[in-house]
Amino acid sequence: MTEKEMLVDYLLRLGDNSLILGQRLAEWCGHAPILEEDLAITNIGLDLLGQSRLLLTYAGEVEGKGRDEDKLAFHRDTMAWRNFLLLEQPNGDFAKTMARQMYFDAFQYLQYEALSKSSDPQLAGIATKSIKEITYHRRHSSNWVIRLGDGTLESHDKMQTALNELWGFVHEMFDMDDVDNAMLAKGIGVDVAALRPAWDQYIEEVLAEATLSRPYVTWSVRGSREGKHSEHLGYILAEMQFLQRAYPDAKW
Amino acid sequence: MSNDSKNELPLYEVFIRSKNGLDHKHVGSLHAADAEMALTNARDVYTRRSEGVSIWVVKTTDITASSPDDKGSFYEPNDDKMYRHPTFYEIPEEVGHM
Repeated sequence: MTEKEMLVDYLLRLGDNSLILGQRLAEWCGHAPILEEDLAITNIGLDLLGQSRLLLTYAGEVEGKGRDEDKLAFHRDTMAWRNFLLLEQPNGDFAKTMARQMYFDAFQYLQYEALSKSSDPQLAGIATKSIKEITYHRRHSSNWVIRLGDGTLESHDKMQTALNELWGFVHEMFDMDDVDNAMLAKGIGVDVAALRPAWDQYIEEVLAEATLSRPYVTWSVRGSREGKHSEHLGYILAEMQFLQRAYPDAKW
Repeated sequence: MSNDSKNELPLYEVFIRSKNGLDHKHVGSLHAADAEMALTNARDVYTRRSEGVSIWVVKTTDITASSPDDKGSFYEPNDDKMYRHPTFYEIPEEVGHM
């Protein structure tokens, strides 16, 4: 991979994370437990969509092959996607959606905090703009984990089950491959492996307040950096990309 | 979920200050489990299009309201006491709008 290709790949990883999680949250539209949460959850989804638009547009510009945000979002097949496996996991019940969200919000907060000091001014700008909304996302999801964990017996059990079910997906967030290392060396990217202790500490504090325990799960899966996804991504793309696949370049 | 038989979260009234220097204004109400959740819900329900710089939330049950039946004794005695209204002197030009 050339240096330029690495930067494109790096930007796709960031943009795809936001887009796929945003798409998942949009599935809650009209289905959340209460009206207020329906608005909150889709609002957060729209924040993520906004991040992905900036990142995919920039990735297309760097690539220089004429692909814009829409081409990148709607004309790539599963193997070309770089989002974490965690984010494509089905919404499940509300507890599972919040567990997924808190794991990622806590990670993305640390990642974007570091990215805001990137030597790439455009990426630093996107991160600085996004960190404000991420701060809110993290507060929202953490509050729910605490509320459900420290709620009734039933909500406590559901929250703990959700945390356990998704724990095996969190580890790949902190992996460093050749692209990560090259971007780190250039001062563009982030040493995500170094963020793990801060992430662990944040999660432990929330779980302690929520009277929940840190999951004890030994399995883990990875693969997003090579485009190896779970079966769920194909279904997300089928729905998300249908219109542009059936009617290429349709406009409204 | 103990506030009533409908299994709903308690109701909160939301007040938003749209700009520094202005008063908080009542904008509506929402359901939330506690004040912190009411604040974040208010942020999502009422300030999505940057309508505010400050939010207050108050439990609806904590508001004591006057009764419509009190209309006579509360307000009508003032209707025939025009001398209570400061309308009997001229405002100098320089003061402008008051």
